[in-house]
Amino acid sequence: MRTDDLVDMLATGAGAVAPNAAARRYAAAIGWGALGAALLMGILLGVRRDLGVAVLLPMFWVKLAFVACLAAASLLAVLRLSRPGLRLAWVPGALAAPVLAMWVLAAFALMRTQPAQRAWLFFGDTWTSCPFLVALLSAPVFAAVLWATRGLAPTRLRLAGAAAGLLSGAVGALVYSLHCPELEAPFLGFWYLLGMLIPTAAGALLGPRLLRW
Amino acid sequence: MQRMEQTGRMNASEERLRKLLIRGLAGDEPAYHAFLQELSAHLRAFLRKRLMRLPDEVEDLVQESLLAIHNQRHTYDAGQPLTAWIHAIAKYKLIDLLRRRAKRDLLTDPLDDEIDFLSSSDNDAAEARRDLGKLLERLPDRQRLPIVHMKLEGLSVAEAARVTGMSESAVKVGVHRGLKALAAMIRGNA
Repeated sequence: MRTDDLVDMLATGAGAVAPNAAARRYAAAIGWGALGAALLMGILLGVRRDLGVAVLLPMFWVKLAFVACLAAASLLAVLRLSRPGLRLAWVPGALAAPVLAMWVLAAFALMRTQPAQRAWLFFGDTWTSCPFLVALLSAPVFAAVLWATRGLAPTRLRLAGAAAGLLSGAVGALVYSLHCPELEAPFLGFWYLLGMLIPTAAGALLGPRLLRW
Repeated sequence: MQRMEQTGRMNASEERLRKLLIRGLAGDEPAYHAFLQELSAHLRAFLRKRLMRLPDEVEDLVQESLLAIHNQRHTYDAGQPLTAWIHAIAKYKLIDLLRRRAKRDLLTDPLDDEIDFLSSSDNDAAEARRDLGKLLERLPDRQRLPIVHMKLEGLSVAEAARVTGMSESAVKVGVHRGLKALAAMIRGNA
């Protein structure tokens, strides 16, 4: 087939393209993925019993804001990385900001506490399960977000996979925070982050293979 | 001075191509055709410069990039410079080709290249070696027939649906998936 014939073929009946394809794909992916994560949590874990009390504590909202900010920043990253020719620009800064803020809070919390109790602030009661449960709850979002990214055109596959993984980790952590009893900054700044980094690493590993187009 | 002229020319063609694409994305077929036509010349120049040592690959890669740009055209953001978008896609396809070749060269006898050496110098680079028409024939009917009727014979969705006995949405999906499958076949083959 000559190139001119290919041009004829591609243009014939091409029709109109709906605008904002990327935003709509990710909205659908996050919606379905979060629903899946909520169902998974409902079946396996349930919501924390004292949620009515927890919502009165400022740290509960700090925790939600921490993961929500990471989810928003990684969504921006994935939106940019899934379309050719867009630069990340200030997005890495937006990703780092909530983490650094949480670490500052953690440093203050540790300084204010007696040395003997510092270990508890860091390990809490659930450090052995927290990262794995965050990663588990992120699985439905992970699959949905990778599907959305596959339908677009990422050119840096490893990075796009990692950003998609982080996005799913942050949404998974958002859902998990309705179950999780931990509210101490040192715990959140390490174990939550570790949980979100598991799907991030998985995305970076799978990206080059799954996202090729 | 010469540089300024060159930049001015680039900006003018960026602006014209961008307008054509935006009209094309809104459903204006002649504009989209003109966009692809002009784009293929730019792609050819871009790729020829970067594939000096592989002139045979140029036209194949022009076609592969055109197909990729068409399949991925929903990722263009109207606020974005068109050059950046096209350049990123062409570069991605170029790197993909070089990776594929590197992998294949590891598996094949390097002597082949030396035997090819003299015979390949006068190949007409405007002729693609890979025949997309032949690849098209290997698609399953539910993708091939919609493409043949809609994209090659120029029937409307409704007409293609009547001829094939498929539903209109199945015809549209068939065209879309078929063109993606074509791109995947190119990736797998070359």
